[in-house]
Amino acid sequence: MLSKYKDRDLVKKTAEKIEEVADAETLRIMHVCGTHEWAITHNGLRDLLPENVQVVAGPGCPVCVTPGGEIDALCRLALEGGVVVTTFGDVLRVPGRERSLAEAKASGADVRVVYGISDAIGMARQETGREFVHFAIGFETTAPTTAVEVIKGLPPNFSLFLSHKLIPPAIQYLLESGAKIDGFICPGHVSTIIGADAYKDLSSKYSKPMAVAGFEPLDIMLAILNIALQNRKGIAYVYNEYARAVRASGNKIALGAMEKAFQVSDAEWRGIGTIQSSGLRLRQENIKHDAEWKYGISAVGGERMPEGCSCGEVLLGTLRPESCPLFGKECTPERPVGPCMVSIEGTCAIAFKYSDRRLRSQAE
Amino acid sequence: MCLAVPGRVTKIDGEKAEVDIGGIRREASLELISDQGVKIGDYVLIHTGYAITKLDETEAREILEAWGEVARAELEG
Ligand code: SF4
Repeated sequence: MLSKYKDRDLVKKTAEKIEEVADAETLRIMHVCGTHEWAITHNGLRDLLPENVQVVAGPGCPVCVTPGGEIDALCRLALEGGVVVTTFGDVLRVPGRERSLAEAKASGADVRVVYGISDAIGMARQETGREFVHFAIGFETTAPTTAVEVIKGLPPNFSLFLSHKLIPPAIQYLLESGAKIDGFICPGHVSTIIGADAYKDLSSKYSKPMAVAGFEPLDIMLAILNIALQNRKGIAYVYNEYARAVRASGNKIALGAMEKAFQVSDAEWRGIGTIQSSGLRLRQENIKHDAEWKYGISAVGGERMPEGCSCGEVLLGTLRPESCPLFGKECTPERPVGPCMVSIEGTCAIAFKYSDRRLRSQAE
Repeated sequence: MCLAVPGRVTKIDGEKAEVDIGGIRREASLELISDQGVKIGDYVLIHTGYAITKLDETEAREILEAWGEVARAELEG
């Protein structure tokens, strides 16, 4: 059944339809999801679109927007404090201001990659003599998994370095920034949690067409077609193209767990800055599981990007990775300078992987 | 990081399920979707070991057919 969503013919037809419908001089559509960027680039969808329809990547990779100061704080905890740091695989190589967690590990720190938070909790329950700090990053897709574990109760030797971030405040920030964005492709997996209705207010307040989309080529093309149609008609609403996974009101259990475990706070997005009400903190009753409280560390402020790195502009969709002077030269997936080159969902890493051979041979 | 993959539920034991992800069997928690009436054979989206939503195939088929018609009709017309 799902194979239809990969059907080249249908995808091409949808592209033709988009060309017919998109009558704006330029229609600039932003998505905020690393998996969408991967699907768009992997399937060469940009090449199928008419010239006046541009799809740009926004800050959709949680790893890429994780502040370097947080990485440094965790490295120090692991190196000097002797705690075990657990986190997801693609966080390991993200450069901090001083070093990456992978480098700390190479210097003897106990840094462990886990598949999910429950694995980290399992380790802490086994090794009661050690202190564990789990680096909880991710958008609304991941935050509920942390929340349910907080509610069930964490072991005493386990604390959380919370770096979860919220997508709607980031979309609002981008809309307020005045950047030319004519519509949004809303992230499919985040939306399974927050629901399609979560974008309603933003869409009507800023009169921007929005479409929640899945990850097959046809999903994305249909979302673009819908946005083009809305734009042509001069209307703005939230269209749920991914209804097979996303409900209007989202996942009630997940939202309830997040509400119970967390309170909303401001958060720093690497390369962008502080975005109001875009982060999560543990509620007071669980403060003893807050690593920043427990170890008296604070990682906020003073974010600097590596010299010459254009990740800030890449994250805001104002610059394509290929236009960064370091792209494919000093900065490659093997030796990333900026965070966008690290994660498999980073816009630069994706662009590098699929960039033409000419660029790659230049880099070699 | 936000990657979620579809898997077919092959076993359910309370809030734990065994899912088949492209031939690989994994354990997944059903805690976050315990109100979605998941049965063996259903498809769910799994993220870092937790099922985050049940996939509705009927909905998928209907939408696809609807769009197929729209695309065809308007293109041919
Ligand atoms: S190519 Fe590297 S340095 Fe340039 S924006 Fe991308 S990640 Fe940053």
